[in-house]
Amino acid sequence: MNAQAIRNSWKRFEDTLDLIFPGGSNPLRNLGAIACLMFAILLLSGIYLYAVFDTSVAGAWKSVDALTRQQPWLGGWLRSMHRYAADGFMIATVLHLVREWVMGHHSRFRRVTWLTGIPLLAFLYVSGIGGFWLNWDRLGQYAAVASAELLDALPLLATSLSRNFLSAEAVSDRLFSLLVFVHLGVPLLLLFGLWFHLQRITRPNILPPGSVSIGVLASLGIIAVAVPVISTAPAELGLVATALPLDWILLHLLVLADVLSARSTWILIALVLALLVAAPLFSARATAAVAVVDADNCNGCRRCVEDCPYSAITLEPHPHGKPGQQIAVVAAERCASCGICAGACPSATPFRSVVELVNGIDMPQLSVDTLRRTLLDALASARVPQIIAFGCAHGLDVEALGEADVTGYNLLCTGMLPPSFVEYALRAGAVGVIISGCAEGACEFRLGNTWTAQRLRGEREPHLRRNVSSRDYRVVFAGDRDRGRLDQAIKELRGNAATGINP
Amino acid sequence: MKKFAVWLGQGILYAALATVIVVFSRWPAYQNLAADRALIKISISHQGQLLGDCVELTPQELAKLPPNMRAPKSCPRERSPLTVEVDVDGQLAHRQVAKPSGLSGDGAAVVYRRLEVPAGKHHIEVRMKDNARSEGFDYTRSEEIDLAPAEILVVDFDAATRRIILL
Repeated sequence: MNAQAIRNSWKRFEDTLDLIFPGGSNPLRNLGAIACLMFAILLLSGIYLYAVFDTSVAGAWKSVDALTRQQPWLGGWLRSMHRYAADGFMIATVLHLVREWVMGHHSRFRRVTWLTGIPLLAFLYVSGIGGFWLNWDRLGQYAAVASAELLDALPLLATSLSRNFLSAEAVSDRLFSLLVFVHLGVPLLLLFGLWFHLQRITRPNILPPGSVSIGVLASLGIIAVAVPVISTAPAELGLVATALPLDWILLHLLVLADVLSARSTWILIALVLALLVAAPLFSARATAAVAVVDADNCNGCRRCVEDCPYSAITLEPHPHGKPGQQIAVVAAERCASCGICAGACPSATPFRSVVELVNGIDMPQLSVDTLRRTLLDALASARVPQIIAFGCAHGLDVEALGEADVTGYNLLCTGMLPPSFVEYALRAGAVGVIISGCAEGACEFRLGNTWTAQRLRGEREPHLRRNVSSRDYRVVFAGDRDRGRLDQAIKELRGNAATGINP
Repeated sequence: MKKFAVWLGQGILYAALATVIVVFSRWPAYQNLAADRALIKISISHQGQLLGDCVELTPQELAKLPPNMRAPKSCPRERSPLTVEVDVDGQLAHRQVAKPSGLSGDGAAVVYRRLEVPAGKHHIEVRMKDNARSEGFDYTRSEEIDLAPAEILVVDFDAATRRIILL
């Protein structure tokens, strides 16, 4: 099975889940945000747990165990939430990584985001495993000893970490403070790394949509009540901790080291990390032309800067402008070639009375001028009244609908459509306009659907003029497999034309 | 899809997520040592003897050194490797030659090994050599031990008393 086949299978699965999670609430499309939500739960619950935690060898187990036994409705519940959120964090993060890989979101303009995500995975493992040490029960003993044995296999430390766990006397309060420090410090590193990870994303979704947040929080909250996390017996270093209720989601690496050997486990970890780092190098995706700025038509209005989903556009002093006037500058390595900037440019209106429509920022592979010319040609040469469908190359193929009265244009992204094109098409003779795109919450370029919808509703510049009746156009974010919704929109617009309702 | 079906579907899938978390956060139990076995943990971190003696420098050799480095003796830093052998019930269970740590080979050598044995009585003999210039082993200890299931016996070396210890 090749990469494309796997990608298609994954998309089909996501599309199927869209039926159950409509309106962009599909958890698979919000995995990064779900991971962030889990992290937030961990940080908030962790504050309380740290406040009541006794950071001494003798007191650690008692203080954690007391949470469950003496205050089950606050401390015990928060402790369980903390553990289950850590499990959920790991699951969501690994699924997020797999999804982005499968969808090919690891190269070109996403390369830096991909690479900065890899250390976060390592921090997550360290934070997750480190949490078990602090319970200082049999499971914590196993986690601490196995972690030390794993680290000892690296030729980094002159002394053996495992010797710190040879006997009860060997484990000092000072060592325990170090373990606490690791469990507090590494998550802070993770938070810092997350900031880097999101640097090249405009308006990242830190939290999932409300319904997803409620679903996740309710799931964790219910299991934290129904199946609370409890400590095993206190650690006893003279005995091997056996028959452990192991958390396989967080501690599987330690078991792997038991089964394979510590050195083999490190080799495996190094191979996986190397594969992740090298993934962008093996991407076969062709490099698309990036956005081009025309100095004569760019007045530095900043709309493209605001709308670019990947922070690829900045403003610099205009080369031949007045003092203070600016011009958009595109960072080629960050540009996704989505054309959302062209849709944001106020000079992209087709109503401009110029022979060649050159706007401030445009896509060489599909310029706004080309779109205007082909639109006019299609309407002029049509034998029957036409419905114009503006689609997206990553959504339903509107150029292959096979309807005699529908002319389709697959744009790079729906967001590259200047909203004035809707009015322009209607004035040029179209009986209706359809704006299609990726499924809700599944925009290939993150913000294309959102900006398009806001521009059409008049909530974002450039906006569609209010004199355009909403009866004359339909917005159908149906994805590439929901032809039925598009057909319904076509049917409605045909009906409008037949009854002559249109102004 | 009807609203009820959507709610039901979402409920089932969130329940599935919760079930995965609950189940795999504690099941299946991990048995990292069989119930009828015990563990001998050999853990020795020890700085071996110096590989060479200090030598007096001749006046000519001292004259070649910068004035601030004219110490009368030159002492090698490199330490002897550590050789450890452990017999359990007359059989060689572990043998290891550990190099001293550090770029100059002047740090402690570390031996760490877990040996699983059946619980019960055993005869254990530990031999250790920390001087490359001597013949045979420098330290030995032979002991009858009785290990309960899951019990850990630690084999270590106490540098203060210069004895192999069993904890």
